[in-house]
Amino acid sequence: MFKAFLIKYGEIGIKGKNRHLFEDALMKQIRHALRSVEGKFYVRKEQGRIFVDAESFFDYDEVIEALQRVFGIVGICPMVQTEDEGFERLTATVLDYMKKVYGDKELTFKVDARRAKKSYPLTSMEINCDLGEKILEAFPHMRVDVHHPDVLLSVEVREHIYIYSQIIPGPGGMPVGTNGKAMLLLSGGIDSPVAGYMIAKRGVKIDAVYFHAPPYTSEQAKQKVIDLAHLVARYSGPINLHVVNFTDIQLYIYEKCPHEELTIIMRRYMMRIAEHFAKETGCLGLITGESIGQVASQTMQSLAATNDVCTMPVFRPVIGFDKQEIVDISEKIGTYETSIQPFEDCCTIFVAKHPVTKPNINIIRRSETHLEEKIDELMKTALETVETIWVV
Amino acid sequence: MEAYLDNSATTRCLESVRDVVVKTMMEDYGNPSSRHRKGLEAERYLRDAREKIARTLKVSEKEIFFTSGGTESDNWALIGGAMANRRAGNHIITTAVEHAAVIQPLMYLEEQGFRVTYLAADRYGRVSLKDLQEAVCEDTILVSTMYVNNELGALEPVEEIGRFLNEKYPRILYHVDGIQAYGKYRIFPKKLGIDLLSVSGHKIHGPKGTGFLYVNEKAKIRPLLLGGGQQRGMRSGTDNVPGAAGLGVAAQEAYRDFEEKRAHLLKLKSYFMEEAGKLPDVVLNSLPGEEGAPHIVSISFRGVRAEVLLHALEDKGIYTSSGSACSSNKKLPVSSVLKEIGLPKDLLDATLRFSFSTFTTEEELAYTVKALGELLPVLRKYTRH
Repeated sequence: MFKAFLIKYGEIGIKGKNRHLFEDALMKQIRHALRSVEGKFYVRKEQGRIFVDAESFFDYDEVIEALQRVFGIVGICPMVQTEDEGFERLTATVLDYMKKVYGDKELTFKVDARRAKKSYPLTSMEINCDLGEKILEAFPHMRVDVHHPDVLLSVEVREHIYIYSQIIPGPGGMPVGTNGKAMLLLSGGIDSPVAGYMIAKRGVKIDAVYFHAPPYTSEQAKQKVIDLAHLVARYSGPINLHVVNFTDIQLYIYEKCPHEELTIIMRRYMMRIAEHFAKETGCLGLITGESIGQVASQTMQSLAATNDVCTMPVFRPVIGFDKQEIVDISEKIGTYETSIQPFEDCCTIFVAKHPVTKPNINIIRRSETHLEEKIDELMKTALETVETIWVV
Repeated sequence: MEAYLDNSATTRCLESVRDVVVKTMMEDYGNPSSRHRKGLEAERYLRDAREKIARTLKVSEKEIFFTSGGTESDNWALIGGAMANRRAGNHIITTAVEHAAVIQPLMYLEEQGFRVTYLAADRYGRVSLKDLQEAVCEDTILVSTMYVNNELGALEPVEEIGRFLNEKYPRILYHVDGIQAYGKYRIFPKKLGIDLLSVSGHKIHGPKGTGFLYVNEKAKIRPLLLGGGQQRGMRSGTDNVPGAAGLGVAAQEAYRDFEEKRAHLLKLKSYFMEEAGKLPDVVLNSLPGEEGAPHIVSISFRGVRAEVLLHALEDKGIYTSSGSACSSNKKLPVSSVLKEIGLPKDLLDATLRFSFSTFTTEEELAYTVKALGELLPVLRKYTRH
């Protein structure tokens, strides 16, 4: 019965001259999201509103699900579309709509007509009154309430006539692409995909970097990260995933530096590498899934020691979240099941029994001087041998 | 160079198998249950495959039932066998080193009120006839042992058990999981006293998703899959003609030039055990020569994590199997078989299985030994501590 959808989007921050940029980005993201849905769709802008028309057979639930992943959408209104064939026909269509959607539920309603097509013979007020009367006649168990109706029935008279009353909530946020790009440090864990999702929600395009350490981490671990990138990309749009072979750097640090500092020094090199690719690809910041105190490498001291090597802003959207709060989001966005597959990632393979939890930046810097001989060359090799995967 | 040494996981399909699979998919694609000519034509493939298999076992083709593979054969033999004989008793005997396809159905049967005795294995994975004789009682209705252990290559005393049961307890069903043994041994169920024998197709260069259960004509067993009544009502479901035809060819081929193939495998095995055995700090968990299966060698590498070694070998084109998957933060259950044979704790997660096929060459093994020699010192240098 529904053939079209009205897309409601947030108004904040889009007033003025930026409005069309926002709308164009939103339409682009909607088109992208619908590409994976069976059917042909037409996305259009008309008098300051965005519409999605279905032009072929489609699965209603699939469309809603896809649209609910497009940041910037606040609400999705499934609409019945009809032509202007006289008021009687319109009345019949509206009654049919009310019957199919609400049946014999006892509820209050209000008709809210808008007449964009001024040639229509009835004014908005007249449409409200006449349709309200017909509905009361046809459904005696319904009542009118003009202040707090259960159902606000919108009837829009434009080129076509649209009837809708339901608003399905969207994810909110801003359309991806309206807020620059950032580089996500993606591991196989629970936190980093959530971090990427949260930043993307604010309109930021995402690229990602993953540190692979064969033979210590397996092909399955890498595949898992690709799978996670794919799940995040359902919200953020396509992700360029940079897979860096980190083994030699890791082994070299193992050889030259105190073992309990291994993780911190390793993470400093990961940040350096991530920043390199971030700059190369026009990213404006880094994103990590760090949360204060979650593990030894995420104490305030450790975060400071890791941050020490970065010149770009590092965004840590889950920094103040408890693990369970992060898990809740990962379940909501559908990354949890993939994240908990038990493949080892490169942070844990050589982890010391008692890693430093309060690293002193000066001591860490001094330890890194032991790496001077070969590290530049190893870094160069790691950067040159990167494998970049386009994840849709 | 590439060395595929994971033939106990699966094998490459033979070209002759592929040809018959394609032919029965594209040309002779009828359903044997159809009454027309195309159905009859397809039926001929089934009959032919059954004959080929029956010949390798010296049994009647009426005793061969096609299944979807080893797991289904094991499930059917155990659940179908136990349920059909539950009035005679409720006791089942098996070994502590069985494959999950045997252990899991038995655990299900335990939930259904059956009692299961698990016979302990020695250092190499073998159970003893004596233990079985002590475990057997008036209530015993079913004994299930593997022929060859999949992780270690250990040979179970199938012939002794079969003879003993045949003489003393002829009413007890004897099921043998022959998945790793078929094609490597001449197995004659009637002479060995085996009532039920499980075999899988893809371990012998046949297609995946194929297998059979030999059911002695006198054995009482219930069908698990009910439906259209195919295979004389014992295993319903549209006959997998391409699979069965492919399996038939693979079975016939497995026993062609059998002595030469066996000698080839034994030669590979003794070469590999001798050369790999010279590497520092390794423990061989398989018995040499004829004392164990000719195609499986299990080796523990002290101080090396099996999964890391597996990936390092993979990087050089060498494919093996780690009996256990274990990661640092999530402790997965390590192989219960390795635990059962009393392997020290530090070796449980340091053990790889190398398994050969007739396609394996001595050059591949020499290459593997060389790779091991290079990798082990490096991997031992970098460890978690």
